[in-house]
Amino acid sequence: MAGKREAEVDDRFRRFGTVGFTGITRVNDFITHLEEGRVAGTRCAACGKVFFPPRADCMACFSSRMSWFPVEGHGRLVSWSRLAFGPAGFQEEVPYTIALLDYGDFKVFGRIDRNLPEEELAVGLAMTVRAERLAGDRLSYVFVKA
Amino acid sequence: MRRVAVVGVGQSEFVRAYPGSIRELAFEGFREAMQDGGLTPADIDASIVCSAPEYDRQRSPAGVIAEYLGLNPQPTFYVETLCSSSTSGVRLAWSLIAAGLHDVIAVIGFQKMSEISSAESQERMGRGADIQWESPFGTMMPAYYAMYARAHMAAYGTTLEDLALIRVKSSVYGKLNEKAVYRKEVTLPQLSDPQDRMAGPVASPLRVGDCCANADGSSCIVLAAEEKARALRKKPVWVLGAGAASAPVNLAGRDLFTGLSAAREAARQAYRMAGVGPGEIDVAEVHDCFTIAELMAYEDLGFAAPGEGRELIRSRATYREGKIPVNVDGGLLSKGHPIGATGGSQVRTIVLQLRGEAGPMQVKDPRIGLVHNIGGVGLYGNVLIFGTD
Repeated sequence: MAGKREAEVDDRFRRFGTVGFTGITRVNDFITHLEEGRVAGTRCAACGKVFFPPRADCMACFSSRMSWFPVEGHGRLVSWSRLAFGPAGFQEEVPYTIALLDYGDFKVFGRIDRNLPEEELAVGLAMTVRAERLAGDRLSYVFVKA
Repeated sequence: MRRVAVVGVGQSEFVRAYPGSIRELAFEGFREAMQDGGLTPADIDASIVCSAPEYDRQRSPAGVIAEYLGLNPQPTFYVETLCSSSTSGVRLAWSLIAAGLHDVIAVIGFQKMSEISSAESQERMGRGADIQWESPFGTMMPAYYAMYARAHMAAYGTTLEDLALIRVKSSVYGKLNEKAVYRKEVTLPQLSDPQDRMAGPVASPLRVGDCCANADGSSCIVLAAEEKARALRKKPVWVLGAGAASAPVNLAGRDLFTGLSAAREAARQAYRMAGVGPGEIDVAEVHDCFTIAELMAYEDLGFAAPGEGRELIRSRATYREGKIPVNVDGGLLSKGHPIGATGGSQVRTIVLQLRGEAGPMQVKDPRIGLVHNIGGVGLYGNVLIFGTD
């Protein structure tokens, strides 16, 4: 990377979430997939292990050759919590609900669609993940009922 | 390997905002441990300083603290595993002494959480997890433990009242603990009264009363090799077992949501090393940063089978007079949680209990005590077992 001008730095990941804390990662393509409406994980091209969140490197076989796959079908709601307080940068979104979905081969951490009332949630509920555009050209994903 | 004992313990009062600098705060716990053990700085061969660095302005705090405590030119260094930093320090001190590199080590834990502004604190709260894949959703520590609480309730029928009972127990002993930040009684009706501050929502299903408070504080644990320990004034309290483990930061990487896998693994190691089982523990300090955390600890440590932790609190088995007294100093819920000082404070309580010096909180004739100290949301787990001769 030496000698690359700053303008060429690939910091697509800065656009992820309400507030981003990471700009540069070797899985920056995640953002391009989100922009095209897909939530995607990686699969190790050498040993076939699947990863979500996506990884650039396989700890099982040490390969860094990865292919992308879309998260499809539905996951089951493992648990959730509705926050009455938020950290800096999130206060205006309160209350919102963070959650975890189990897809079997992997799990996805994220947020539940704010239009879904908490009373309708239950552990084991079938949900799907959907790419979402946020204000200010930012990108994320939310969980909706399957 | 040499046997290792705790020979001196100390802690500052835990307070909302300490009116002094971090070195002065660290001195408070250190002085008490030195006086407790009849020690001077010249007796200390090395120091290990523990805190969570996101609350510190001072870079590399070990240096300034060792200087202020009179611990130059002995080696000093810094250890960090979030909320379990100081038990990581104790475990490391044990290994350095057991191996013969040093004879006497002071483990100094401190945290001045009021060192940074509340705006800075709000910002740091958002970075307490996986900053690449979780923090962009606006996560906070209580919400993660809340997710464990929800999963535990769904799997086993644990109720909000079970969690409230843990807070009520905590307050009974917090009232007795002169070093605790929260010394008021908390009652069961308070936690179900929507008008009461204690019942206010934080992260569903957890309420204000389910959460511990930030605090400023310091602790100090001095460990020594057997020969030294026997020559000192206090009855030695031996380190019998020291287990430690880790788990994925990101919840997506985990498989267990009704307990903490790192705690279970650390407990397995500690019991094996000590050659004792859960039934032989006479008194325990567990990491009750949230009420659900204490309930899961009952199960992760084997005091109850998975899903049956609630029976221990319903039957008052974890009260001082019960079968397995837990957090009879008020725990984090009442003492407050000055991150880097917390584990040392837990060790201090167990050492005082095993010496018979715990005053109004004293359990009857304990011989074996356990400390369970967790960093992050089960990211790091340390379990230490102590015993007398």
